[in-house]
Amino acid sequence: MLLNASGCLDALAAPDVARSLDAFVTKTITPEPRQGNPPVRIAETDAGMLNAIGLANPGRRAFLAETLPRLRALGLPLWISVGGFSASDYAETCASLEDVDAIELNLSCPNVDEAPESAAAIVAACRAATELPLYAKLSPASWDIAEAARAVESAGADGLSLVNTLRGLALDERTLRPKLARGAGGYSGPALKPVALAAVYACAAAVGIPIVGMGGVRTGLDALELIAAGASAVALGTVLFAEPAAPARIRAELAAEAAARGLADPLAGRGLAHSSLQTSVSKRDNRQRKVPGNKPKVTA
Amino acid sequence: MRRERRSVTGSEQVGPYTLLRVDRGGLDPGLPGQFFMLEAPGRVLPRPMSVCVAAAGELGFLIDPVGPGTRALCALGLGERLHVLGPLGNGFDLEVERPLLVGGGIGIAPLPYLSRRLARPPAILGFRSEWHAEAAALLPGAEVCIEPAYVTGLLPEEPRDVLACGPEPMLAALQALVPDAQLAWEAPMACGYGACHGCAVEIGGELKRLCLEGPVLRAA
Repeated sequence: MLLNASGCLDALAAPDVARSLDAFVTKTITPEPRQGNPPVRIAETDAGMLNAIGLANPGRRAFLAETLPRLRALGLPLWISVGGFSASDYAETCASLEDVDAIELNLSCPNVDEAPESAAAIVAACRAATELPLYAKLSPASWDIAEAARAVESAGADGLSLVNTLRGLALDERTLRPKLARGAGGYSGPALKPVALAAVYACAAAVGIPIVGMGGVRTGLDALELIAAGASAVALGTVLFAEPAAPARIRAELAAEAAARGLADPLAGRGLAHSSLQTSVSKRDNRQRKVPGNKPKVTA
Repeated sequence: MRRERRSVTGSEQVGPYTLLRVDRGGLDPGLPGQFFMLEAPGRVLPRPMSVCVAAAGELGFLIDPVGPGTRALCALGLGERLHVLGPLGNGFDLEVERPLLVGGGIGIAPLPYLSRRLARPPAILGFRSEWHAEAAALLPGAEVCIEPAYVTGLLPEEPRDVLACGPEPMLAALQALVPDAQLAWEAPMACGYGACHGCAVEIGGELKRLCLEGPVLRAA
């Protein structure tokens, strides 16, 4: 199953691109409207890009009243990315959502100053506020991401989204000043792939809930590697900026890469990276909650 | 918008700039002021470029080699291929009675195509140096000034429908002088189609995406 990474696609501006995915993940919604950070907000680097958008969004009220009905009209499975600055911020937004396919809790935006409460406390508050599937999006910038994964699983998360961007800095080659107005930003793109693989690999061994893998995916083989590390869905981020038609290409490449390895379908490769854990991963599949928005043809 | 892999049909030096031509294939050149995202060889992100010339079967882009992406584009050789996505954004409104084109530096890029579509109206161009001003050859008959002289000093007394592209200080000066001017702005863009929110600029007191709202905006 292919999704977009939150903040990497506007389904209303590019509905055809959104329809080429199995589900659309919104840009993060916060309780109040946010203009986001001042420009310059993006900068390319040699092996990726930095962004410091700063959670620009219309706020919960306008999202529910104006954006969400227009998104529903597209007829796509919808995942709503939820952000905030306290557990109650997140929980109130979760409580206001119904009839969507999943909620992704953005617990790890590198581009806002306020430090949210611990990931597990936020997940617990949201768990109490909604019965919708809850995915916890974690930062790769922690020493032991598996511990964070176990904590949010215990707090009631239904799945993990791995990974958010890493904090990075780029300097202007002439002035040697930061390229981004904010200074540092979130680093994404090809350079993030090994980081994402390591996070998915560690968390798949630590928890039993499904994982959406993301970080630097450009090809079907990249996607298959995340699946082999333990992901049961893959999200596309930076590649969508350069190539709006990437989902169809990557989907075809993924099917071909799986077939070339004798796999019945791409998800049959799930967990293959874990030679010693392969059995336990496939055992887990039996009790794994279904990833919402999954299309039958690629369901595990 | 449409994305095709096209071939380089020409690459000419124009002062410090390069006029890169690609075969048009099935791409629509769009309106003057609209732009395309050009794949920059070896780079993660494409680069936004407005159409400079649109000869039959071709699209031409004027590129200033200021960074790794634009340098890679300027280094492309005949027959080399690159992905081209577009046309994107909103171009100039061509329903104008007394057009005057105003350009500064690499900002003259969209003006040759605009000039052709408007049947060669008068134009005034400003450049940093004689070398940069060699690009004025793309707009025959244009009045040219070189720093420390500025295009604002060449604006005629009588009212004109100003269509302009150039550096921010030039556009800001025109914005103050000519409230109904059409100004083509620039911002770093990752995608060009509304996905990345990187190209936000302040429009009417709010940060909006230049790729969707612009790049051509009314001064007031």
